[in-house]
Amino acid sequence: MEVTLQNLTKIFPSRNRKSKESVTAVSDFSLTIPDGKLIGLLGPSGCGKSTLLNLISGLEKPTSGRIFFGGDDVTELPPEVRGVGLVFQNYALYPHLTVLQNILFPLENLKGDKKLTKQQMLEKANEAASLVQISEYLERKPSQLSGGQQQRVAIARALVKMPKILLLDEPLSNLDARLRLQTREELRRIQRETGITTIFVTHDQEEAMSISDMIVVMKEGVLNQIGRPQDVYDEPVNLFVAKFLGTPPINVFRGRVESERLMIGNESVLEVKGVSDREVWIGVRPEGFIPCENGTLTCAQTAIEVMGRDMTVVASHPDCENANIRAIISSEMKVCESAKEARFDLKPNKTFIFEAGSGERIACGPVPLA
Amino acid sequence: MKNDRKAWLYLLPAILFLGAFMVYPLVDVLVYSFEEGYNSASQTFMGVGGYNYSYVLHDPYFLQAVKNTFILVIITVPVSTGLALLISLGLNSIKKLKELYQTVYFLPYVTNTLAVGLVFMILFKKTAYTEGMVNMLINLFGGKSVDFIDGPYWAKMFVLCFYTVWIVLPFKILILTSALASVKQDYYNAAKVDGASKWRIFTRITLPMISPMIFYLVITGFIGAFKAYSDAVALFGTNLNAAKMNTIVGYVYDMLYGDSGGYPSYASAAALILFGIVFTITVINLMISKKQVQY
Repeated sequence: MEVTLQNLTKIFPSRNRKSKESVTAVSDFSLTIPDGKLIGLLGPSGCGKSTLLNLISGLEKPTSGRIFFGGDDVTELPPEVRGVGLVFQNYALYPHLTVLQNILFPLENLKGDKKLTKQQMLEKANEAASLVQISEYLERKPSQLSGGQQQRVAIARALVKMPKILLLDEPLSNLDARLRLQTREELRRIQRETGITTIFVTHDQEEAMSISDMIVVMKEGVLNQIGRPQDVYDEPVNLFVAKFLGTPPINVFRGRVESERLMIGNESVLEVKGVSDREVWIGVRPEGFIPCENGTLTCAQTAIEVMGRDMTVVASHPDCENANIRAIISSEMKVCESAKEARFDLKPNKTFIFEAGSGERIACGPVPLA
Repeated sequence: MKNDRKAWLYLLPAILFLGAFMVYPLVDVLVYSFEEGYNSASQTFMGVGGYNYSYVLHDPYFLQAVKNTFILVIITVPVSTGLALLISLGLNSIKKLKELYQTVYFLPYVTNTLAVGLVFMILFKKTAYTEGMVNMLINLFGGKSVDFIDGPYWAKMFVLCFYTVWIVLPFKILILTSALASVKQDYYNAAKVDGASKWRIFTRITLPMISPMIFYLVITGFIGAFKAYSDAVALFGTNLNAAKMNTIVGYVYDMLYGDSGGYPSYASAAALILFGIVFTITVINLMISKKQVQY
């Protein structure tokens, strides 16, 4: 089911009687989510991701704007008739019911011609349970399960009524690191097998990038960028998106454009055709550095971290926003460990230039200096 | 070993007090109840046996008291718990003036018993000047006045039950509103998304989630109602046997200090019978609640 959000806005009235300040959680949000895709909704804590999810599920009513499932306007519909499955951050499994009873619960609520017989319900529940591989725990109470198993039960409960849309709120945040890796692949598999349009919320960019068909980056309730993970990574529209994606994070330098040359400190690093003189932010991905004896950028080298497959040169530069510059280079490169100074050339396609004020990307194709 | 001695030393004050003021009297009651023809003035008795129990169990006043107590328990415990649940659900779902209503419902809990008695007098008592508010209401709808304080048995029982429910309600509301508030919103949201109706959410989610608290209230309610005495005195005066409104605890008190008093052996036997009843019912309650409440 295709989901369309049209100028969606959600304003929460102030809770404090003294301050009249209201909070805009989601602001003029327009987005079309194609059918059958896995979408990662990505942003820092408090950026309105969960509110957006609640708006789609119907638990919250938008202040303005409309929501469409397929061609149908569902803005005014209550959650129970929207046909969405929702997995909560803390799973919200009913503690007094067994796993099977939990999974059966949504089916028992069906009314009218959708009503199922006991036998059909059990079949469906077993199907959902085997899809998430928890068939052997059906008689247990949620408290007798591990975090990962509870997570699966929550997904099974959301899937059992075959929702048109599956929504997951920070589905992996309560799991330990190893389980998280495993579960996110599982999530991908389940989504592929069922083909249900799935939207999941996360603040972990790695999680979002690794399994999503598309990622949606939002900040303070505003949509910043939407696209395939690699595209968003390669072509961030602004400094926020560039900073938010990628580990280690992008290295940001204060710089300026002077007669079509990109300057960091006194060194000109790249040529930028057609850009007038101005102050800019320069973002360089960790893999965008080429160590070079007479490179254009000179940094103070502090350490070398060897990872085996590649290595990281840790350096610092007075004009760099990050405390440390991290440059990931191939381990085949020869780098002197005791050197005090590291010189790099910058890869033009890994270097992004942003307006100093707004942080918007300046569209230009930087080229190496002639 | 050394630690053991230290622990006992710390426990000593509590053990001394509890021993002197709880364990010793309890044992004493047991002993009294089997001493036949005990005379408290001379501290002598004629023999040991079950006569005291036999006497109490054949005393029409005691049987009346047992009947009254059971009626009181069977009516007030379910009614007060059910009412408290309804009111708490209401309080939980309103937003405006919530604090005000909470305060209003909690007022009886902090109100002086005498003041409460006065209110009930205004409501029910017939005097030379007025029939009482309830009778005025009955008259308004064309009914005949009822003497609630000195009248027929059912009228007096009604007043006693009404009073008891009114007195125990605030505490139950307090417990249940906090129990309801502690059910996480996520469960309701999950149930809503899953398409559960309001009634199903209540019976399948809310009720099981607060069931431990409901069982707690039922058990303490049973115990409290079995021990009822002062409420009856406040309404019908001290001569409860004459009013046919005595309770088991009232009977025990009368046997000790009342006009027919001076019989600690009979009082002890009656007290132990009450203990037996309360104990049995509490065990049954706990057994049921073990089956029901588990997560």
